[in-house]
Amino acid sequence: MAGFVAEFGVLWGTLLAVAQVLAVMVMLLLTLAFILLFDRKVWAAVQMRKGPNVVGPFGLLQSFADFFKFVFKEIVIPAGANKTVFILAPLMTLVLAFAAWAVVPIAPGWVISDLNVGILYLFAISSLGVYGIIMGGWASNSKYPFLGSLRSAAQMVSYEVSIGFVIITVLLLVGSMNLTAIVSNQADGVWAWHAFAWPTVFVMFPMFVIFFISALAETNRPPFDLPEAESELVAGYQVEYSSTPYLLFMIGEYLNIVLMCAMIAILFLGGWHPPWGPIESAPLPGWAVPIAGFLVLYAKIWFVFFLFAMVKAIVPRYRYDQLMRLGWKVFLPTALAAVIAVGAYRVHEVAAARAAPAAIMEMTGG
Amino acid sequence: MELSGLWLEYLPVLILLALAAAIGAGFMAAAWVLAPKDPNKEKISAYECGFNAFDDARMKFDVRFYLVSILFIIFDLEVAFLFPWIFEVNEGNIFAFWSMMVFLGVLTIGFVYEWRKGALEWE
Amino acid sequence: MLAGMAFYTLAAVAVVAALGVVSSRNPVHSVLFLILTFFTAAGLFVLIGAEFLAMLLVVVYVGAVAVLFLFVVMMLDVDFVELRQGFLNYLPLGALIALVLLGQIGLVASAVLQNQAVQLNPDATAQLAATNAEAVGSVLYTRYVLVFQLSGLVLFVAMIGAIVLTLRSRVGVKKQSVSRQVGRRRQDAVGLKDVRPGQGLG
Repeated sequence: MAGFVAEFGVLWGTLLAVAQVLAVMVMLLLTLAFILLFDRKVWAAVQMRKGPNVVGPFGLLQSFADFFKFVFKEIVIPAGANKTVFILAPLMTLVLAFAAWAVVPIAPGWVISDLNVGILYLFAISSLGVYGIIMGGWASNSKYPFLGSLRSAAQMVSYEVSIGFVIITVLLLVGSMNLTAIVSNQADGVWAWHAFAWPTVFVMFPMFVIFFISALAETNRPPFDLPEAESELVAGYQVEYSSTPYLLFMIGEYLNIVLMCAMIAILFLGGWHPPWGPIESAPLPGWAVPIAGFLVLYAKIWFVFFLFAMVKAIVPRYRYDQLMRLGWKVFLPTALAAVIAVGAYRVHEVAAARAAPAAIMEMTGG
Repeated sequence: MELSGLWLEYLPVLILLALAAAIGAGFMAAAWVLAPKDPNKEKISAYECGFNAFDDARMKFDVRFYLVSILFIIFDLEVAFLFPWIFEVNEGNIFAFWSMMVFLGVLTIGFVYEWRKGALEWE
Repeated sequence: MLAGMAFYTLAAVAVVAALGVVSSRNPVHSVLFLILTFFTAAGLFVLIGAEFLAMLLVVVYVGAVAVLFLFVVMMLDVDFVELRQGFLNYLPLGALIALVLLGQIGLVASAVLQNQAVQLNPDATAQLAATNAEAVGSVLYTRYVLVFQLSGLVLFVAMIGAIVLTLRSRVGVKKQSVSRQVGRRRQDAVGLKDVRPGQGLG
């Protein structure tokens, strides 16, 4: 994108950048509308129901109907609430959820800003997600939101650590923090994807599973939806929210879920590369390569989201002490051990590769 | 005018932030304009399963939650130290590898201590 | 020019937000202002090309430390009116610390003005590295290994200290013991008793 400014001058370059950003945001919101419907459809199918099927063909327009309903509802602000923080909380959730997408490469060469520290940026933004929840829960000045936000904060914080360690294991294999570099490292088909690459598959596949489960916990998805456990806390931190502020929370939550799906696809499942080899080797004209890559990544995101939806439909909710035990006593030590194992493997591999040519040189030279 | 520098790469992030904030504020403003505004005493009271709220909702809670967030800070720092380490590992720097092992070893002792003490137990 | 504009905007926001931290009445607003200050500081880091430091500032300070602050001010029942009464008593100490800080900044600034700061970084590898995260990595674990291990020890002490200070074991609570739960055999739990009619188990 910085190229735009250099190429077209400050004014037109900036306008182009704005257009590009807007395109990504509109695409995200549209994806969200259908993925929400998909979520409900999968859930319904598991329970042998039909799910939303009235608005539009097969209920395809359900999410849009929901949107308009939200907009026409009254914004209720509780009397005891802290108004500024109450309004700021959903706004912050939405802005942070969008902000993370700035560095996600959605196709070869298509990325809003290609940062050197892309993955660190994602890690930073996802660790801020907790603010919207704490602020919303506190500002409501009501007991259920308060308890919900408290639980949620402790839960997100606990799983953040394992996510950090798992990210490190992937980075050890790549040697760069740039997301495009991470995808390029998995170009050669399914056996080069980080989740399955030989010989690290014994460590990396469990890491993939840990990342998947931590992603569920991080986004407060079932079976880790304790912050909103509706049977005990009604709806957690969102109890007092109505109308569009509630809608913003929802959009933020689902954006984060889709982001986690995209991260799983990028870190472990080869990003935009199809299972049989690099996308660039496909028999396509040059202009079609990014579009094909985008479609492959998009399909992977939907697949991972399907897994998320299935987990929601078939797994019972965790108890809080079990949740904390899983995070701190199972995932954290396992991920730490994996970091050490992958680090040891990698450092010796690279050192051996470096030493080998030197030894040959010595032999021939001597 | 110089048009270089690393920070230009961050400009679109700023644009994205601004646009996202605009969309969020736009949604809220839309509901503010379009939706009815008819608050009454019952509607704006805090929700508590039909009771009136007993007292202020902001109360003391288990110190364990603080402990969790302190431990989180420590492990987060540990992860932060690991990030530059990946470059050294990919350089094949054995000394840097062992230096990190000592660092992690010290913190693992701390981790074992907190495990034995029961700081990770929830009931 | 653009960079200059960005710098002055960020710096102005940082100063205003920092003033907001000390002047706002509601402690929660103070913490929110503090977060804004951290963000603008991260922006300033980006502006001088230190993107790795900027991200770490956000991860560690905004993502972890400020969450703890927010926890404390939001949820701990501290009587802030009472706390504020002794406010002026700390003025001399606060002024002293501020003076020392000012002196330190002055020292660094004068060193930069005399171009001595350039000599502080003679490591050629650090400058050849492509990104500044790589530059940090290339010296942190080898050249500054002692400082690195020392920081590990500091974290260790912090961990122990947190547990010693905050851990209270409660009595009379039921815990789940997973190994016991899973390790239970049929023989320990179920037995067949031959119950005669009309007599019960007695």
